[in-house]
Amino acid sequence: MITAGIDMGAKTIKVVILKDGEIIGKSIVIGGLDQKKSAEEAVEKAVAEAGITRDQIEKMVATGAGRGEVDFADSDITEVGADAKGAIKLYPSARTVIDVGAEEGRGIRIDSAGKVVDFSINEKCAAGAGSFTESMARALEVPLEELGPLSLKSTQEVPMNAQCAVFAESEVVTMVHNKIPKEDMARAVHDAIASRITSMVRKVGFEKDVVLIGGLAHNVGFVKSLEKDLETEVMIPEQPEFVGALGAAIAASGGA
Amino acid sequence: MEEKKEFWRWKEYNWHDENKDWKEASIVTAGVDVGSVSSQAVIMADGELYAFSNMRTGSSSPDSAQKAIDWAMENTSLTLDNIRFTVGTGYGRVNVPFAKKAITEIACHARGGNYMYGPTIRTILDMGGQDCKAIHCDERGKVTNFLMNDKCAAGTGRGMEVFADLLSIPIEQIGEMSLSVEKEPEPVSSTCVVFAKSEAMGLLRSGWDKNTVLAAYCSAMAHRIVTLLERIGVEEDFAITGGIAKNVGVVKRLEKEIGIKILEPKYDTQIAGALGAALFAKTLVEKGKG
Repeated sequence: MITAGIDMGAKTIKVVILKDGEIIGKSIVIGGLDQKKSAEEAVEKAVAEAGITRDQIEKMVATGAGRGEVDFADSDITEVGADAKGAIKLYPSARTVIDVGAEEGRGIRIDSAGKVVDFSINEKCAAGAGSFTESMARALEVPLEELGPLSLKSTQEVPMNAQCAVFAESEVVTMVHNKIPKEDMARAVHDAIASRITSMVRKVGFEKDVVLIGGLAHNVGFVKSLEKDLETEVMIPEQPEFVGALGAAIAASGGA
Repeated sequence: MEEKKEFWRWKEYNWHDENKDWKEASIVTAGVDVGSVSSQAVIMADGELYAFSNMRTGSSSPDSAQKAIDWAMENTSLTLDNIRFTVGTGYGRVNVPFAKKAITEIACHARGGNYMYGPTIRTILDMGGQDCKAIHCDERGKVTNFLMNDKCAAGTGRGMEVFADLLSIPIEQIGEMSLSVEKEPEPVSSTCVVFAKSEAMGLLRSGWDKNTVLAAYCSAMAHRIVTLLERIGVEEDFAITGGIAKNVGVVKRLEKEIGIKILEPKYDTQIAGALGAALFAKTLVEKGKG
């Protein structure tokens, strides 16, 4: 059976195609002005990678903030449900899933069957989401993908007083003026996001094993800060941004 | 290379009353408000406003305080030695080198508001650069209760500056422009300024003109303030201090939403804190503490 999952994120659209439980194709595109068009493009790319035709997809399930935009999907599920399904498939020992995307952070507690027990979401504030690293990378004049490795070079903890991503930008300007090394500021940013995420995850009462997914899982600096805050190691799949789409594809195949 | 225009920049200026001579006053006091975004120095002669300056805060609080007072004294023949007592207030109040005392901006805004709007003022909303405070006070300008948000840029001047830059509109024109729309749009739905920015970009791409986007943002900001005000309640008379008080787009929408008249300012709304500080300085001198 061939199914597809499409994750309409705030910034990117991800598609995963499954055949009998194995991933045969996937794609990621940046969501444009016309979300539906971008969704079509993402599906076409994934279909091409899988080497199938679109009509071979028996069922498609959508998830993500913009899931209402995809009228060609058969049904949709919440991001929380999709994350849980995707994470338990990759890591059967997972009991807590942390998903940090561009504009949203989620902490989800699941049982051994991948069923959601409790969850907590931040979608209101950029200080607990990936956007924060983007604005900070700009303020520090460092390419986004270098922000993580840079912060690993930090030798001292610098407190960041601002709890708001906008105020943090002004604080960084002051730090630059005070000649605080960039690596220490990068670390301060990751510590700040990690602390936000940790308090959110603690609300749902986290249990091991912990799986970290979403785009921010690519950022080694954030991962280090998060592991320190949670006082535990986190497991990260090879392509953490596809887990939601994977979960949706699993839902389409009728799997748990 | 073309110089990048700074749309968030508001007018920095100084003023002094040319009809007054400070030498005739028995007590000259000053108040310096070093805020996170702007700094003001106010000089009072026998409890009457004599001179002030209003400028952007630099990276060092002591330097900003010094610049503000120097600028307020410009062309007045005053020197620091002529000022009997200076009170520092605002976020950087402990970093005003020539101040003999530091007093919180909450107390100073209430006292300054009392001077600016008279003894009938009961609720003052200070909308500053990086915070927002709702203050209740009595007929002498003494604080009876307050609430503040200093954690989040939504509903602050900083948020408005971000929008000025995003849309390339000088910040002082935003209010008027936002009121020129024929039909009031739905407010921007994101609370967070970062997310509101991406939402605004989306609205522009989908064909909204700048005025409509500004209207949607001013409306969202007014709404945000209403939720703060609702928690403490608004007793009349009601007035707004701080930089956002100059944005009619926010003020008019706020007035409409709460159904309470907002008093027209007679002074620059940004100097309320420094004004209160200078009044406290006078009281301290009179009590023999100066």
